[in-house]
Amino acid sequence: MSELIKLVEATNENRKSEYPDFKSGDTIVVHVKIREGGKERLQLYQGTVMQRRNPNSAGETFTVRKISNGIAVERIFPILSPSIAKIELLRRGKVRRARLFYLRGRQGKAARIKELKTSK
Amino acid sequence: MSGLIGKKIGMTSLYDADGQALACTVIQAGPCVVTQLRTEEKDGYKAVQLAYGEKKEKNTTKPMLGHFKAAGTTPKRKVVEFKYFAREFELGKTLTIGDVFAEGDFVDVVGKVKGRGFQGVVKRHGFGGVGGQTHGQHNRARHPGSIGACSFPSRVFKGLRMAGRMGGNRVTIQNLRVLKIIPEQNLLVISGSVPGAKESFVIIEK
Repeated sequence: MSELIKLVEATNENRKSEYPDFKSGDTIVVHVKIREGGKERLQLYQGTVMQRRNPNSAGETFTVRKISNGIAVERIFPILSPSIAKIELLRRGKVRRARLFYLRGRQGKAARIKELKTSK
Repeated sequence: MSGLIGKKIGMTSLYDADGQALACTVIQAGPCVVTQLRTEEKDGYKAVQLAYGEKKEKNTTKPMLGHFKAAGTTPKRKVVEFKYFAREFELGKTLTIGDVFAEGDFVDVVGKVKGRGFQGVVKRHGFGGVGGQTHGQHNRARHPGSIGACSFPSRVFKGLRMAGRMGGNRVTIQNLRVLKIIPEQNLLVISGSVPGAKESFVIIEK
């Protein structure tokens, strides 16, 4: 990529270093800033990370899937988006691929992801 | 009107305060040199001629060399006239991005579309194709269909949209917002896309 484009991308506020290093399969909570009638509040969105796309670019996004009242919801966040206040890492998942689209075809017990236990 | 000549660098995303991602084009605009001034008395109209991009002297024709010499500059690659420029200039003055544009301005960008080669009517004119794959269709799904009636008018009307060469034409995109200016590198960041390949010349008008 052109050095000049990197220069423009550098003007985006990059808060990636404040976020935990999460991967697909992890369970995270995204604190989303929501503006309603001039007021700002935080909404929590908890789910499983399905993928991270275009890493280390200005267009990097991640997809979080959750089951909300029995209905599956997938939400895509640009990682540089200013409306993300905070990301919490709840649980590391043990998965063997980078994109977990197979979760879409599964329900309940079949959609579980084992926890990754790191030995210390 | 005012404007500059520039070079398309590429595209990226920027985020606004609402958290919205904006697709934007990065253009290196200027510095441009004033190489000629058209006047009402002499030419019948008022315009400013700007030149952009360095060029080797051995690759420049002698008439153009003399033209650049008269303006007191080195040879340039691209020369464009801007009619009724908003300000007055003297010959040989260098124009940079800050002289012409500010953040939040709305600009028009002129560029040359990437050549697409010989294309069919579906891509070139947005035709819908012939419809389904069944009912006897076997090899004409992307064809134009009928091009007219029979014994009257016994001919095909002029200007009927057909397959042919696509792209390579000059296109103006209007009302693009200037998101950011980086004067040190002469960079202009414009929201939306702009015609042409990377490294191609574009004209930015205000």
